[in-house]
Amino acid sequence: MSIKFKLNNKDIELNLDPSMRFLDVLRNHLNLTGSKEGCGEGECGACAILLDGHIVHSCILPLANVFGREIITIEGFKETKRYQVLADAMLEEGGSQCGICTPGMMIAAESLLSQNSKPTDEEIRIGISGNLCRCTGYNMIVKAIKTASKKGDGLW
Amino acid sequence: MKDISISVPKEDHNEKVSGSSPYVSDIKMDHMLYAKTVRSDHAKAKIMSIEIPPLPNGYFVVDYKDIPGKNYVKMIFEDWPVFAEESVNYIGEPIMLVVGKNKQTIDDIIDQIKIVYKLLKPVFEYKKSVIHKQFNKGNNKQVFQKQEYSISHTYETGYQEQAYIEPQGFIAYPETKDKVTLIGSIQCPYYVKNAVINTLGCEPEQVRVIQPSVGGAFGGKEEFPSIMACQLAVAVRKIQLPIKMIYEREEDMEVTTKRHPSKITLTASINSDYKIEGIKAHVSLDSGAYIGLSGVVLARAMIAATSAYTVDNLDISGDVYATNTVPNGAFRGFGAPQMIFAMEMFIHHIAKELKQDPFTMRMNHLAKQGDLTSTSGLFRDPIIMEKMIEKATEISGYHEKVKAYAAPSVYKGIGMSWFLHGCGFTGSGESTHINAKVKLKKDENNQVYILVAAVDMGQGCKTSLKKIVAQTLECKLDQITFDNPDTDFVPDSGPTVASRTVMIVGGLLARAALKMKETWKQDERMEVNENYVQPEYIKWDEDQMIGDAYPAYSWGVNIVEVEVSPITYQTKLKHIWSVYDVGKAIDKRLVLGQADGGIAQGVAYGYLEVMNHEKGKLRQKSMTDYIIPTSVDMAPTDTVIMENPYILGPYGAKGVGELTLVGGAPAVALAIELAIGKNVYKIPASPEYVLELMTDEH
Repeated sequence: MSIKFKLNNKDIELNLDPSMRFLDVLRNHLNLTGSKEGCGEGECGACAILLDGHIVHSCILPLANVFGREIITIEGFKETKRYQVLADAMLEEGGSQCGICTPGMMIAAESLLSQNSKPTDEEIRIGISGNLCRCTGYNMIVKAIKTASKKGDGLW
Repeated sequence: MKDISISVPKEDHNEKVSGSSPYVSDIKMDHMLYAKTVRSDHAKAKIMSIEIPPLPNGYFVVDYKDIPGKNYVKMIFEDWPVFAEESVNYIGEPIMLVVGKNKQTIDDIIDQIKIVYKLLKPVFEYKKSVIHKQFNKGNNKQVFQKQEYSISHTYETGYQEQAYIEPQGFIAYPETKDKVTLIGSIQCPYYVKNAVINTLGCEPEQVRVIQPSVGGAFGGKEEFPSIMACQLAVAVRKIQLPIKMIYEREEDMEVTTKRHPSKITLTASINSDYKIEGIKAHVSLDSGAYIGLSGVVLARAMIAATSAYTVDNLDISGDVYATNTVPNGAFRGFGAPQMIFAMEMFIHHIAKELKQDPFTMRMNHLAKQGDLTSTSGLFRDPIIMEKMIEKATEISGYHEKVKAYAAPSVYKGIGMSWFLHGCGFTGSGESTHINAKVKLKKDENNQVYILVAAVDMGQGCKTSLKKIVAQTLECKLDQITFDNPDTDFVPDSGPTVASRTVMIVGGLLARAALKMKETWKQDERMEVNENYVQPEYIKWDEDQMIGDAYPAYSWGVNIVEVEVSPITYQTKLKHIWSVYDVGKAIDKRLVLGQADGGIAQGVAYGYLEVMNHEKGKLRQKSMTDYIIPTSVDMAPTDTVIMENPYILGPYGAKGVGELTLVGGAPAVALAIELAIGKNVYKIPASPEYVLELMTDEH
C-alpha cells in the first residue's frame, strides 16, 4: 500500500506497512535520526515532529496517519531562519546539555511560537510541558524561547 | 589574561541542537543483528531447566556457558553475574540473550523459551547485612554518659531513578576475529573495557571501547553498562557479527541500577547550652541483589553524617543489606543525598523539640576552617558559608517568610539546606584505585589534542577541559581538539564520576599544558603525559575510616519556597535560590546549567519522584508511571556562584556536578514541613505521605 505525504518540503511515497510507527519509518527507512526515542509511549517528546505545523509524538503515530499531510522533522526545520534564531538563543542561554531531548524541544518551541509569537513564561512552560529534559531543569530553555521570540520578531 | 569563568559557546552545541550528534541508537552497521535479554520472572528461585525451541537459521542464544573468562561483572566485589547460572536473585536478572536479525522473530523465540523454576523465599527487609562499616570521632561514650538532652529520630528515603532520556544501549562488533569493539552510552570507558577483559579472559588489546554522544547518565551509566558490554562481547565472540542492544524504556527502568533506598537513625547528645556534643548514627542501605558499588555509596553517606556542621564526638556505623530486588548503584550524590536529608531534618527537629530557633542552632554548629571533619580530617581551606548563607537568606527573604508562613492555615513554606560535597573519589581512591593518566599531543601544525577518558554526557567537559588547556597554552580554543574517548587512543584518566572531572582530570591537563608550554617546539610533534599524585598532606586510613576523606569540598546553600494545596496536599514549587562555592567556575554558563539541572533532580527526589516495589516487582516501569519534573513543575531559579579558589584545582576549580543535587531534598522537605506544620521524616514527601501526617494525631 502506497502512502504519500510531504516530508521536509519534498513529496514522498512509501510502500510500507501502514501500521508502522512513524518514528521507525524516519529513523530506519529514511535515515533521519534527529528524532530520538526516549520512552516509546508519547510521554517524553524526544521524537517530536511537526504534522501540519503542530507538534506530535512520532513514536505513537502510525505511518497511515501522515497520508496527505505535511511533516517537518528537525532535519527540515534546521534549514530555516526560525531555527537559526532559536539555536542561537539556546546557545546564549545554555538550553542544551546532553542533547537527546533538544531536537524535540526545538520542534516544541517552533510549534509554540508559530501559534503564539510572544508567549509569556507561563505559556512557554505549558508549551514545552510535553517534552521531558533531565539535564537542564528547563529554566534555561524557557529563557531561550523567550529570547528567540524577542530576537526573531516578525519571523513567527 | 581573560577570566576563565567567562562563558564560551558550548563545544557540541550545533550538533546537539540540530539532532546530528550521533548517539548509539543512531549507528547502524552492515549485517547487524539485534539482541534481547531473557530475564528472571522471580525474585528468588533456582533454575531447574531451560527449554529452548528450535532456532531459525541465523538466530542464537548466548548464556553463561559461552563465557570464556569469568562470569561476574568486574567492579569491586565479584558477586554480580553477567548471566545467571543456577539461580536468580531478583526479578529481571539476565539469564541469556537471544540474537538475530529480526526483532519480532527474537520476541517470538523468547515467548517460546520455557524456564522451570523452583521458587525460594525472597528477602525484602533490612536483615541480611553484607557490608558493615564503622568509625568514631572524639569520645562519644563519655559524652553520652553526661547528656543533658538526648534526642533520636529515624529518617527514610526512597528509590530514585536516573531517568536519563536516552535509554542504555550498545553496539558491539568484531574488529578482527580476536578483537571486540564496543560503542555504548557510558560514563566510564575503562570500567567497560576492564570488565569485558575479565569476562572474555582476553588481553587488553583485544577490547576497544568507544564513546558516542551520551544522552544523559547521572550515575546510571557508571557501572550498569559494563553488564550489557560483557554480555554483548560474549555474543560477538560467539557469532562474529555486529550486534546492537538498545533497551526500551520499560526494560531500562525495570533492570538498571537506582539510588539506594535508606533508613537512617540519628541520636544526639545535647548539653545545657543547646550544643550538640555528640551524634550516634546508623545508616542502612538497600543494595538489592548484588553489592556492586554499595559499599562505596555507604562510605560516602556515612562520611556526610554531619554535613556542613561540626560535631566533636561521633559514632557512625552503617550496613549494606542485600535484598531480592534490582541492584542499586551510582546516582549523582552517591549516598550523600540520603544522609544530608536526614541530618538537615534532624538538626531542625532537635531545635524544635528544645524550643530553640533552628537557624541559630544551625549557625552555632556550622563548620569552620580548621575544624575537624567527621572522619577527623582537617578543613584546611577557607569556608565561606557564613557569607553564602547571608546572601541566600537575603535574596530569598528567608527570615521574613519563615515568620509569615509559621502561622497556621497559610499552607506556604520555605526551607533551607546547607551542605558540602567531597570532590573526587572517597579516601585514597584517586591514588590507590584510579591513578589517573592524561595525555596531550601536538602535531606539526601545532594543533593540540586532549587525550583523556572523560565523557561529555551533557555537563560540558568537552568545553571546560578545552578551556583549561587553551588558557594555560594561551592559545585559541580551536587550536585544541577533544574527540570522544576511544580506549585505543586515550589513557585511563579514570571514570566520569564523583565530581572529579574538572578538578582531577582538568588539574592534570593544566599541568600537562604547562609542561607543553614550557618545552614548546613550534611546528614539531610533541607528547606530554601526566599522572595523578596524591597531595602529601592527605592521609587516609581506609579500614578505620579516619583522616582526610576528600582533598577538597564544595559547599552550597539551597532555599526552596512552596505552596501545599490544603485540598490535595500537592506541593507546588514557587521559587528556588542557591548559592554555591565551587572554587572557581571554569565556565559560568555550564556551572549554572549544572545548578539548574541538579537542583531539579534534588528537589524532585524530595517531593515528587515515587518508586517502590511489591514483592520485588517495581511498580513504576515507564515515564508515565515514574514522574520526573516537567517544565510546569519546575520553579524559576536564582543561582549565585561565590568564588573561593582551591589552591590545587585548575584555576581554583573544585567539583560541581553532584553538589547541586545533594541539598535539594531537605530544602523542599523543610519547606513542606513549615507549610503543613508537621515534621517530615520521609522522602519523597508525596501527597499521600502528607495526608498520613495530617491525619496522624501525633
